[in-house]
Amino acid sequence: MREDPLIPGPYTHAPTSVSRTMILVMLALLPATLLSLYLFGWPAIFLFTVTLLAAVLAEAVSLQISGRPPRPFLLDGSALLTGWLLALTLPPWAPWWIGVVGALLAIVIGKQVFGGIGQNLFNPAMVARVALLISFPLEMTLFNPPVPLFSAQAPGFLESLSITFGSSGQLDAISSATTLGHYKTELSRGLTIDQAAGDADTLWQLTLGNAAGSLGETSALLLLLSGLFLIYKRVITWHIPLAMLGTLALCAGIFNLVDPDTYVGPLTHLMSGAAILGAFFIATELVTSPVSVRGQLIFGAGCGLLVYVIRTFAGYPEGVAFAVMLMNACTPLIDHYFKPRIYGRTRKGEPLSYAEKGGEA
Amino acid sequence: MSSGKLIKLFKIRGGVHPDDRKSLSAEQPIENLPMPDLLHIPLQQHIGAPANPLVRRGELVKKGQLLARSQGAISAPVHAPTSGRIMGVGGYPAHHASGLSVRTITLKPDGNDEWGDIPEPATEPFTLSPEEIAQRVAQAGIVGMGGATFPSAVKLNLRKRYELNTLIINGAECEPYLTCDDRLMREQPEEILDGVALMACALSVEKVLFAIENNKPMAQAAIKQASRGHPNITMVGLPTRYPMGSEKHLVQTLTGQETPARGLTADIGIVVHNVATALAVHDALRHGRPLISRVMTVSGNAICNPRNLRVPLGTPLESLIEYCGGYRQEPARLISGGPMMGQPLPSTRVPAVKGSNGLLALTDIEIQAAPEMPCIRCASCVQACPCGLVPLEMAANIRAGGLDNSVSLGLLDCIACGSCSYVCPSHIPLVQYFNFAKGELASRQRTQHKQGEIKRLAEARTVRMEATKKAKREAMMKRKKEMEEKKQREAEAAAAAEAQA
Ligand code: SF4
Ligand code: SF4
Repeated sequence: MREDPLIPGPYTHAPTSVSRTMILVMLALLPATLLSLYLFGWPAIFLFTVTLLAAVLAEAVSLQISGRPPRPFLLDGSALLTGWLLALTLPPWAPWWIGVVGALLAIVIGKQVFGGIGQNLFNPAMVARVALLISFPLEMTLFNPPVPLFSAQAPGFLESLSITFGSSGQLDAISSATTLGHYKTELSRGLTIDQAAGDADTLWQLTLGNAAGSLGETSALLLLLSGLFLIYKRVITWHIPLAMLGTLALCAGIFNLVDPDTYVGPLTHLMSGAAILGAFFIATELVTSPVSVRGQLIFGAGCGLLVYVIRTFAGYPEGVAFAVMLMNACTPLIDHYFKPRIYGRTRKGEPLSYAEKGGEA
Repeated sequence: MSSGKLIKLFKIRGGVHPDDRKSLSAEQPIENLPMPDLLHIPLQQHIGAPANPLVRRGELVKKGQLLARSQGAISAPVHAPTSGRIMGVGGYPAHHASGLSVRTITLKPDGNDEWGDIPEPATEPFTLSPEEIAQRVAQAGIVGMGGATFPSAVKLNLRKRYELNTLIINGAECEPYLTCDDRLMREQPEEILDGVALMACALSVEKVLFAIENNKPMAQAAIKQASRGHPNITMVGLPTRYPMGSEKHLVQTLTGQETPARGLTADIGIVVHNVATALAVHDALRHGRPLISRVMTVSGNAICNPRNLRVPLGTPLESLIEYCGGYRQEPARLISGGPMMGQPLPSTRVPAVKGSNGLLALTDIEIQAAPEMPCIRCASCVQACPCGLVPLEMAANIRAGGLDNSVSLGLLDCIACGSCSYVCPSHIPLVQYFNFAKGELASRQRTQHKQGEIKRLAEARTVRMEATKKAKREAMMKRKKEMEEKKQREAEAAAAAEAQA
C-alpha cells in the first residue's frame, strides 16, 4: 500500500476560520446590542451577561463530558454566539433564570446532543426560545417600554439587580405590549387597524429601536445595516434574507390590500419584531440552512411565508422562531432536491450534448 | 476576426481569488541555469506509455540525440539535453509525491554542449501538411507544458476525429507564484505566436484566441503587439480568477459553451494549448530542436532570490535552489507546480521534467495551515466550486465510506482545483478526500477488471473442461455402442452359424 507521507495541497488558504466567521457575526450584532442594552438599562445588561456566561459554561461542560478537546471548540466562539442570539430574543427584563435555562437548552439540547458544532438540525437559539416560550409563557411575553440608562425612569443599579435576580413582583407595573402583540390584542377586541394604530409604536420608533420588544427586536435599522455588513464580508449571502423579507412583505402587502382594516401593512411587518434579526442572523445561521443558492431562496421564502402565517393566523404575535425551526426541519430535504447544476451536465445530471454541433457521435 | 477586437466573455461559476504573489518573481528575466554535474532523465515525463531507451551505459551522446523512443499511440520520445556520457539506465526517485523509483537515464554532461544531428529545420513550415507538422511535433517529444503533459501531437491530430473551429492558447497562468509563462510571453512573443500559427495550421482551424489574465498587462501588450502580423490570432484579456486556466473553464469563459461531462473540449470544436508548448513547437519546426529544456519559476518566501530559469530537463531540483541562493529559512513545504494544484515533493534530488512549471519553497505563514474543525455547513465550498458540486456532501460521504454516493454526487466531475479547500473556514482537506476517493475508485476498477478477467478465464476453462468431458463421454458412448453393435453382430453371426450347423 502506498501511504502518502506528504501533506496534500492546496498550500495556501483564504484568511478564513470558524472563529473568524463567528467573530464577524458577533461584530455585526454589536451595534444593535449596545443600543438595546442602553435602551433597556441595567436589567438588560445583567440578563445579557448571565445568558452568555451560561452558554459558554454549558459548552465547556458538554465538551468535557463528551470527551472532546475543549480548547479549539471553545475558542471557535460558536457557544458565545448562540448565547448572544438567544439573549437577543428574550424580554429585556426577564429574570436571570430565563437566560440560564435558555442557554442550557440551546447548548445542551439544541447543539451538543446532536453531536456538537455543525451537527445540529435546528438553530440552537431558536430551540431554546421556543422551549422557553412554551414553558414560561408569562415571563417570555412580558415586555416593558425602553427606559434608557441614566434616564429619569430608569431603575438604578441595585433596583435593577432585584429586577433581574430578585422576585419579579414589580414587573407588571411597567409592562407594555410589543407592536405586533398590541395589534393582535386590539384586533381580537374587534378594533380596526386604524383604531389600534393610535397608541401603537410608530414605524419611526420601530426603525430606530425606541419601542418595546425583545432585546434584539428593537432597532430594525441598525440590524439591517449589520446584516448588510455580513453580506459584504461574505459570511452570508443575500439569498435567504431577501427571499424571507420579500415573501413576508409580499404576503403582508396582498392581505393588506385586500382588507386594510384587519391586516397590518408590510412595513410594520418588516420593521417590527424579529423580522430583520431573523432574516439576517437567525435564518441564515450556517449550520441549519441549505447550502445551494436555489435551496437558500426556497428556505428564505418558506421562512417569510411561515412568519406571516403565524403572526397573522396563529395564537402567537411573533413567529420567527417557529418559522425558522420548521424550515430548519426541511433543510436536509431541500439540500437533497436542490443542488447546483454540475458543469457539463444538465440539471438531471446527464452530460450535455451538442449533437447538432457535430463532433464525435 | 481581427486582433484588438473585443471579445464577449462569459461568466463561469465559482472560483476564488487567491493572493497571486507573482511579484516575487515576475520582474526576473529568464536566466539559463548552468549545466549541472549529472542529469537524471526519466523515461516517462508524459501521460501515456514510457519511452523505450535506445542508449546503453557508457555510450557517448550529443545534444538533442534521441535517448528513448516513444512507444504506443500515446507516448513521447526523450532527447539528450546536452552532450555527454550515459552513466546508466536504471531506477531513480520520480518527480512525484510518492518519490517512487522510476526508470531514468543518467547522463554526465561533458561540458561541450555539442549538438548532434537534429532534423533539418523546415524551410517553409507553413507549406507542410498538418500530418507533417504533427509528426515533427511528435518527434520533438513535445507534451503539454502547462503541467498536463499530454503528448501535443496527439492533440494536434484531433482534427481527424472532430470538427474543430478554434485554437485557444492558454496564457491564464492562474496559479499563484508562477510567472514562467508570463516571462515567456514578454520575452519571446514573436516565437510563441509563430508556434501558435503553426499549431493552428496543423489543426486546420481559422480562429485563434490567445487568452491572458488581466494581472499580466505586460504580457498582454507584448502578445497584442506581436499579433499584428497574424490577422487570425486575437489576444483576449481574462478576468483574474482561479481556476481560469482550467481548460474547460477557459473555453467556457471565451465561448459560453460548456464541455459535456466526461468529454473533451474538442467535442465543441475547440483545442487548447499552453504558451510554453507553442514555443516548443516553434523551436521544433524552425530550428529542428527537440524539447530538452523548459522554463520554471523558482519562488516562495523561503527562497533567497526567486527567479525564472531555463532548466535542462533532468536537472536535480537542488541545483535550482542553489542557483537561487538557497533557502532564506527552512521551508515548511516544498512543492512542484503552483500552490493550488501542485504536488508535494519528497526531496530536492528529483529531476526537473517536461511538466514542471514551478518549484516553490513555502513558509508556514504562506501556507496558512490550521487544524481541521468540523464542517459548519457554511456553503463557502459550494459557492467556490467551479464545477457546481457540493464538496461538503461528497466529503461526508467519502468519510463515511460511501464511495458510490460520492460518485453520484459528481465526484468524477471534480477537477481537483482545490478552490473548496482553499476557502473552507474549517480547514477541511476536501480535495484530499476527493483525490483519495478517485484513487480508490481506480484501484477498485482495476481489481474489478482483474476479477472479471479471472472469472472469464475460469469460465472459459470450465467450458473447455465441459467440452472435453462431453467429448470423452460421447467417445465412450460411441465406443460402447460400437462394442454393443459388434457384440450383437457377433451374436447374430453365432446364431446364424448355429442355425446353419
Ligand atoms: S476541487 Fe473539485 S469539488 Fe473542490 S472546488 Fe475544485 S472542482 Fe469543486
Ligand atoms: S467550506 Fe468547509 S465548513 Fe464550509 S460547508 Fe464547505 S466543508 Fe463545510
